[in-house]
Amino acid sequence: MKRTTIDLWVGVFVTAGLAAILVLALKVGNASNVSTSEAYHVIAEFENIGGLKVRAPVKSAGVVVGRVEEIQFDNDKFLARVSLRVSKSYRFPTDTTAAILTAGLLGEQYVGLEGGGDTELIKDGGRLKITQSAIVLEKLIGQLVQAFMGNKASEASNGGKPPAGK
Amino acid sequence: MIAALLHGLRLIGARVVSGIWKLGVASRFSWLVISRSGPSFRRFQLTLDQIYFAGTLSLIIIVVSGLFVGLVLGLQGYETLKRYGSAEALGTLVALALVRELGPVVAALLFASRAGSAITARVGIMKSTEQLSAMEMMAVDPFARVLSPVFWGGAFSMPLLAAIFSAMGVFGGYLIGVVLIGVDSGAFWSQMQANVDLREDIGNGLIKSAVFGVAITLIALFEGYDAPPTAEGVSYAVTRTVVTSALSVLALDFVLTSFMFSGV
Repeated sequence: MKRTTIDLWVGVFVTAGLAAILVLALKVGNASNVSTSEAYHVIAEFENIGGLKVRAPVKSAGVVVGRVEEIQFDNDKFLARVSLRVSKSYRFPTDTTAAILTAGLLGEQYVGLEGGGDTELIKDGGRLKITQSAIVLEKLIGQLVQAFMGNKASEASNGGKPPAGK
Repeated sequence: MIAALLHGLRLIGARVVSGIWKLGVASRFSWLVISRSGPSFRRFQLTLDQIYFAGTLSLIIIVVSGLFVGLVLGLQGYETLKRYGSAEALGTLVALALVRELGPVVAALLFASRAGSAITARVGIMKSTEQLSAMEMMAVDPFARVLSPVFWGGAFSMPLLAAIFSAMGVFGGYLIGVVLIGVDSGAFWSQMQANVDLREDIGNGLIKSAVFGVAITLIALFEGYDAPPTAEGVSYAVTRTVVTSALSVLALDFVLTSFMFSGV
């Protein structure tokens, strides 16, 4: 085969390969949203993070504003220390609350932020004071059962009659 | 009784020694190929020829197989995910399966049988017809002139082929999932983009395929160079290339995966 033909086909192959990498990066991996943009860190401490994982989204009003960057265990307070990386373009007041919420049926967990009414904005390395832990199913069932049993017990102590005022 | 036992032990010993011997020869051979790669870059045409041979000519099989693997993944994934009411996760499933594992591994297996076997046959016949010795007689280094460009061509083509395979597979999954079955297109792409990481998934997949490319071309070159100079010897060498590179790709894949994704 002629030299130029080979060169042409090698060029076609290499271009196709690079295009495939580009497609994977942009369309599949969504490189355009990669955290290269400016960001600041906010720390939130939770009693229980449930199944929260690093790189889970941080959402506010349903909009993805950042990602979970680091999860550590605080040895002194016995709390989970979650470091959130929030994009610079989103600003939150200092009394913002963080909660661990669940999305979808498969139970992917994310951090939900809800802005408060403070006029001062939270700074890099700031701490969210009010947090709400993940809902643990076992605890929930436990409370439910307890409440149920408690009702039964109070009914029994009333001599089987419904509580007064009903 | 004791004599038979000793004989058995001696047999095991001989096998181990010859195995280690061959490994040592293969390592020195690989070092020679890599250390004499100067001309593959100075006379880049030599490498381009090999990229044409290993890469461009493998395109059709890679594109078609990638498409079909993606189609099957789309169908099977949909059938399973539907049971849990999360058919939208199809995009994630197809993309992660392809980018992390199937793309690099299946492309490497195809590459081993498509290009690796041909490399072995070529080098084996060049050796048995004493073309390599003839080159040495003319003071042309066969390692620099023949073997090293083959190595670089194969090692360069493999990651590109794996990327094309994965991209075609994602396209196949899209065809089945979105176009044919009717999974929501927005959810398909957005869930995929939310869960596929550029460095962790795509980058590691590319690293994997580069490692596979290096391994396959070195095995193919060595088996060809090591083949007994007979028709039968070359044919056995080709078989060994395909078997050895398939096994080493799978073994390497396990090792690399356990390193790359253990922390996630």
